[in-house]
Amino acid sequence: MASTQEIQAGLGEILEEVAGVTPADATPEKSFTEDLDVDSLSMVEIATAVEDKFGVAIPDDELGNIKTVGDAISFIEKNQG
Amino acid sequence: MSTSTSDVVVTGLGATTPLGGDVASTWEALLAGRSGVSRITDDWAKEYPAQLVARMASDPVEQLDRVRARRLDRSQQAAVVAAQQAWEDSGAAQLDVAPERIAVVFGTGIGGALTLLGQDDILEEKGPKRVSPFTIPMLMPNGPAAAVGLAIGAKGGVHAPVSACASGAEAVRWGLDLLRFDRADVVLVGGTEACIHPLPMAGFAAMRAMSTRNDEPGRASRPFDKARDGFVLGEGSGIMVLEREEFARARGATVYGRLAGIGTSADGHHITAPDPTGSGASRAIAAALRTAGIDAADVGHVNCHATSTPVGDVAEAAAIRAAIGDHPVLTAPKSAMGHLLGAAGAVESIAAMLSVREGIIPPTLNLERLDEGVQLDVAAGEARKVELTAAVNDAFGFGGHNVALVFTAV
Repeated sequence: MASTQEIQAGLGEILEEVAGVTPADATPEKSFTEDLDVDSLSMVEIATAVEDKFGVAIPDDELGNIKTVGDAISFIEKNQG
Repeated sequence: MSTSTSDVVVTGLGATTPLGGDVASTWEALLAGRSGVSRITDDWAKEYPAQLVARMASDPVEQLDRVRARRLDRSQQAAVVAAQQAWEDSGAAQLDVAPERIAVVFGTGIGGALTLLGQDDILEEKGPKRVSPFTIPMLMPNGPAAAVGLAIGAKGGVHAPVSACASGAEAVRWGLDLLRFDRADVVLVGGTEACIHPLPMAGFAAMRAMSTRNDEPGRASRPFDKARDGFVLGEGSGIMVLEREEFARARGATVYGRLAGIGTSADGHHITAPDPTGSGASRAIAAALRTAGIDAADVGHVNCHATSTPVGDVAEAAAIRAAIGDHPVLTAPKSAMGHLLGAAGAVESIAAMLSVREGIIPPTLNLERLDEGVQLDVAAGEARKVELTAAVNDAFGFGGHNVALVFTAV
């Protein structure tokens, strides 16, 4: 089980790789679309990378509810293991 | 005033080719007679009858932001690199041109083949959920035009003509109309291609269209030579910035020359084989001279499509003799950079334009014994200095598409 810090760090790595987001910018309150310029296609790539890294699949109907980095961290935390 | 006869000029150039990562290095290598052809060393190619390619001299990935590059097919990466060069070269970026008055016409012959085939591998190996959400925009044939439009902020229309190896020239052709009919003030025109991969290589080889001179890469592409045995697949992109002359002059732009006339036709003969009489190509060239308002006698140079295939080169020579005569000096740049398919007409238009501007014609490589069916003056061995007022660029594509463009001095 990854800790909140580990999840945030791992998500930061994914965001950097997929969408060029600077890791320091990937803080919980940030909105993917409004603040980080991550579009819906990149969100799909992020979901795939999250599944690879944390073993947590994000269903399409859940993906739409994940608006911020914090939302993603909470989802992974709740559904891991 | 914008009318259907307004003069249209070229104010910016960009390219990335097997000879260089920009226009200057490509032009220098063309004039010097260097070859961009090499033999594929990958294992997959060992069983292939044709193992020669002309890869881009400079990998476009290295000239783009990493995240941006991974969302673009290689053909689109090359397009964006060339477009950025042309846009900067034109100086139009510093101008206050409304985005709604900037248009793009940009073609490709094959589209995002590397993406399509690469994602198919992922589908087979890992299943549908692993296919990239960028698959469709990376493979669609209008993808390069759209990528160019986004890169420079064009909102005046983005168009993507697809006519195989005539696509790049056809894009140039439509640029003239957009400007003459006042649909835009600035138009970026050109083409791109990047499909060096086992499948297209196997397809072209199955057509017996490619050179199998595997042991002599630099001597394989030999347009107009008696011993030619097919083309060499290349990759790259070329793009020009076009404007109406009064618009370009008013903003003090550097003007390379005029795009004076265009002509198109269809062979109506066969899906891939050119009409051996060259009558379709001849009609395109004659139409281009007519729209340019110049006499055949004024054409001092033809930058040929000549791909180094046995039938095509002789048919083109017949078309040139019929439409222009036997006086122009010919050259065949595919002898040096291979066949850039949908980019060929754009890159070679740039070469034709520079020949008129600088009064020098790059040599055709590997022309040792001229095919008896050619009967024309082909610049061979070394670059030829010739005073030029007008040059024609030919481009033909599978499907029977013929495009001829006339470039004149300013």
